[in-house]
Amino acid sequence: MKLKKSTINNLISYGIVIAAFIICQSMVSAGIMSRSLRGQLVPICVYIVMAVSLNLTVGISGELSLGHAGFMSVGAFSGIVAVAWLESLIPADAQTTSLLANDTVRLLLGMVVGGVFAGIAGVIVGVPVLRLRGDYLAIVTLAFGEIIRNVINCLYVSVDSGRVYIALDNLDMLGEIVVNGPAGTRGVSRISTFAVGFALVLFTLFVVLNLINSRSGRAIMACRDSRIAAESVGINVTKYRMMAFVTSAVLAGMAGTLFGLNLSSSVTASKFDFNTSILVLVFVVLGGIGNIWGSIIAAALLTVLPELLREFNDYRMLVYAIVLILVMLMTNTPAARAFFARILPRRRGNDGKGGEAA
Amino acid sequence: MTLFLERIISGINLGSIYAIIALGYTMVYGIARMLNFAHGDVIMIGAYICFVAIGSLSLPPLVGVLLAVAVCTILGVVIERLAYRPLRQSASLAVLITAIGVSYLLQNLAQLIWTADTKSFPPLVQTVIEQAAVTLGLATPEEIAASPNFGSIVISANLRISGTTIVTILANILIMIGLTLFTGHTKTGKAMRAVSEDRGAAELMGISVNRTIALTFAIGSALAAIAGVLLCSTYQALQPTTGSMPGIKAFTAAVFGGIGSIPGAMIGGILLGIIEILGNGYVSTQLGDAFVFAVLIVVLLVKPTGLLGKKVSEKV
Amino acid sequence: MTQQRRSTTKMVPVPSHSIVPERDVDKMPVLEARHLGIDFGGLKAVEDFNLTIGKTEIAGLIGPNGAGKTTVFNLLTKVYQPTSGTVLVNGKDTAGMNTVQANKLGVARTFQNIRLFGNMSVEDNVRIGLHNQVPYGMFSGIFRLPRYWKQEKQQHRRALELLSIFDMQDMASAKAGSLPYGAQRRLEIVRALATNPSLLLLDEPAAGMNPHETEELMDSIIKIRDQFQIAVMLIEHDMRLVMGICEGICVLNYGRIIAKGTAEEIQNDPTVIEAYLGRRKEDVQ
Repeated sequence: MKLKKSTINNLISYGIVIAAFIICQSMVSAGIMSRSLRGQLVPICVYIVMAVSLNLTVGISGELSLGHAGFMSVGAFSGIVAVAWLESLIPADAQTTSLLANDTVRLLLGMVVGGVFAGIAGVIVGVPVLRLRGDYLAIVTLAFGEIIRNVINCLYVSVDSGRVYIALDNLDMLGEIVVNGPAGTRGVSRISTFAVGFALVLFTLFVVLNLINSRSGRAIMACRDSRIAAESVGINVTKYRMMAFVTSAVLAGMAGTLFGLNLSSSVTASKFDFNTSILVLVFVVLGGIGNIWGSIIAAALLTVLPELLREFNDYRMLVYAIVLILVMLMTNTPAARAFFARILPRRRGNDGKGGEAA
Repeated sequence: MTLFLERIISGINLGSIYAIIALGYTMVYGIARMLNFAHGDVIMIGAYICFVAIGSLSLPPLVGVLLAVAVCTILGVVIERLAYRPLRQSASLAVLITAIGVSYLLQNLAQLIWTADTKSFPPLVQTVIEQAAVTLGLATPEEIAASPNFGSIVISANLRISGTTIVTILANILIMIGLTLFTGHTKTGKAMRAVSEDRGAAELMGISVNRTIALTFAIGSALAAIAGVLLCSTYQALQPTTGSMPGIKAFTAAVFGGIGSIPGAMIGGILLGIIEILGNGYVSTQLGDAFVFAVLIVVLLVKPTGLLGKKVSEKV
Repeated sequence: MTQQRRSTTKMVPVPSHSIVPERDVDKMPVLEARHLGIDFGGLKAVEDFNLTIGKTEIAGLIGPNGAGKTTVFNLLTKVYQPTSGTVLVNGKDTAGMNTVQANKLGVARTFQNIRLFGNMSVEDNVRIGLHNQVPYGMFSGIFRLPRYWKQEKQQHRRALELLSIFDMQDMASAKAGSLPYGAQRRLEIVRALATNPSLLLLDEPAAGMNPHETEELMDSIIKIRDQFQIAVMLIEHDMRLVMGICEGICVLNYGRIIAKGTAEEIQNDPTVIEAYLGRRKEDVQ
């Protein structure tokens, strides 16, 4: 009967997300949403996807990844190049706003490319990283995040009549330069929409929740809880850690494409630095490690709040730092746990299947 | 050739600073079994304290350094007591996230107090050398004013080792010898080694684990202050994020040399400094950091115990 | 009652200096360890370990603390790679295999210090044990293909069936970590059984159980053997359990086998008595 319960929980999750989308969309149509908030709709979707996908690594698979922004970056740049390349096949729209406009098709294809490239990066990073554990794993993901940023800073990409050129300098490049080394992207049109962002959130939820409630998801959680016991029942630990890591990277890559194509300024590799990885980690920790629903709420709130409270912006990272420390102290010390057990209703047992935010 | 030697020298200089930071990491990791992610930011705080002391407070440079050491020592102990000690029994995930939180807290506090602007740090070590020379009667102020590179060793017309570099390398060697003697020959030092071997058994032998770990943080943070002053004297720039990258690289150095090993930290630090400077110089300035991190990854995969580390296996 | 349990077995010698139950003598032994040994940095934790276990035998591995019993289990499950000797499982050499491959070959185990997936439900723990019995992949799981629904249903049924061995089907949705100690030990056995093993290794299954629970456990072990037709090898300090159900017993001391035989033989073996109780004063003189 367990199966049904988790399915119902998932359906409720989808329902709430869909309802939130409809409310936001009608507020936009009715013109009662402020301009600055409207500008945050796509970033909210991006950060929800980032947080949920990072939670898959940190909460479900139990590995602290500090380089999540690296995969976002790979997705952003590869997606942008793909969209620029596709322009010769699917021309930009003149002034249509229909749901399946050419721009949307290019965006969706760009997201697929971004996801695939981030997934490949995930495999390349995962093979060495997942042989490590604990603190070492965390620091190496950080290292990879930095390496990805450094490497992208050195890349120059141009698109010329359906061909993509990649070089290490921008001399003698044919065609239109799309990625210009440290200066970032050039001439990228802003084609991300809230509707596509929402679709990505829904897709992410669908993938992550269904994965958790399947054979593979249980194997991933088994490896998290006890590697030795998981191996003793014939679970290939590396395979399932890899599965979680790469799935997480693919989703981050898709979010990266959405993010990159939502900026009016150029996208530079430095936008996806260690601070971005930590920001997403704050969402995950605040929402409750392993709690998917919590990640969504935390990501949405913490993306909107700084916009609403301008003066808060200066203290934003300071407050996040304090939040990280306090949440960890409160959820991990016996005294604090006993205190919360008394004041809060009992939490549901299983990780990743809803329940109260930690 | 001259250029190469010049790079090697500046690599050893940078590496010596990494080594001093790495000592803090390696001791804390060896004894408290945690990655003190905020260690790099203690360096930055030390540098700011020194900067304020000799700048706005116009204290003598050596007093500024001592003040920085004192403040960082206290800061290290306070951080350990408030943030890490409650999590002593928790999973490493929780401890590491807390340490990241502390790191960001220090960075952002520094930013609120001193703003994010880059401060121009005075060539403090050079000043100390010159003052010492005058006090000891080795040179007159006029002679010093006449030679802009006073105190450096001239090897050839284009190649010299600056006084700051010499002091940095000497400081590194002295600290390493001091720590080796301390952990090997004093009662407290032996207690530290006992805690790092087996915390439970040490506790049963009457060693206070909490006090030993606090002391480790105190020593590590004091060294961080010294490293901060040396780092900023060498590069003469200071901002709230000054410590974070050297911190992570010093951790890499500690892993490289073998976590828990004092000579390992020194060897790892110096090698890493040389690799970084050579990578920056000969390949690409964009990729210097990438080289350092590539070293970390390769070491962890090929020899996770580092150059001089011991193997620890999980009991089934 | 204990007497009745083992009196039916007649043990016969096999060429490899071991004894197996007479009913298994013509069948392929489930386990054959030959000159098995491991040293940790010069310390020989296990040395020259030779043992044959019959297809449906209940075997015991006993010895004082630190004798190397759990190390033997770790060698058989490939947590450690032996430094010498070979292990054959169902006639296949396990050289170079890892734990996962050893499990797929038919070796399943429980742990001395319980290693359940504590945050997950009892049923999920068994389902994880069934991992290789329900082969649908990640894709079917995410997109909920028909394979997913069908195999999840099978898995659910099978999990409850296995839990019913210990009458635990009512606890299926409880959190594994919140179970009482004895129930956690039983759940570990169920989880190991779920992997469809031919050799079940139990590391101190009765530790922490009261005499009544131990009595029930003895019945359950025999029931499991009879129902699944598998071999069981157990490490246990509770001699009532060992002497009550084990057909062949192997005594380990300082990493070496000091005696092999039936319960009566072991109980009367002077070297065993010495290993457990120490040398009598007059013997020394």
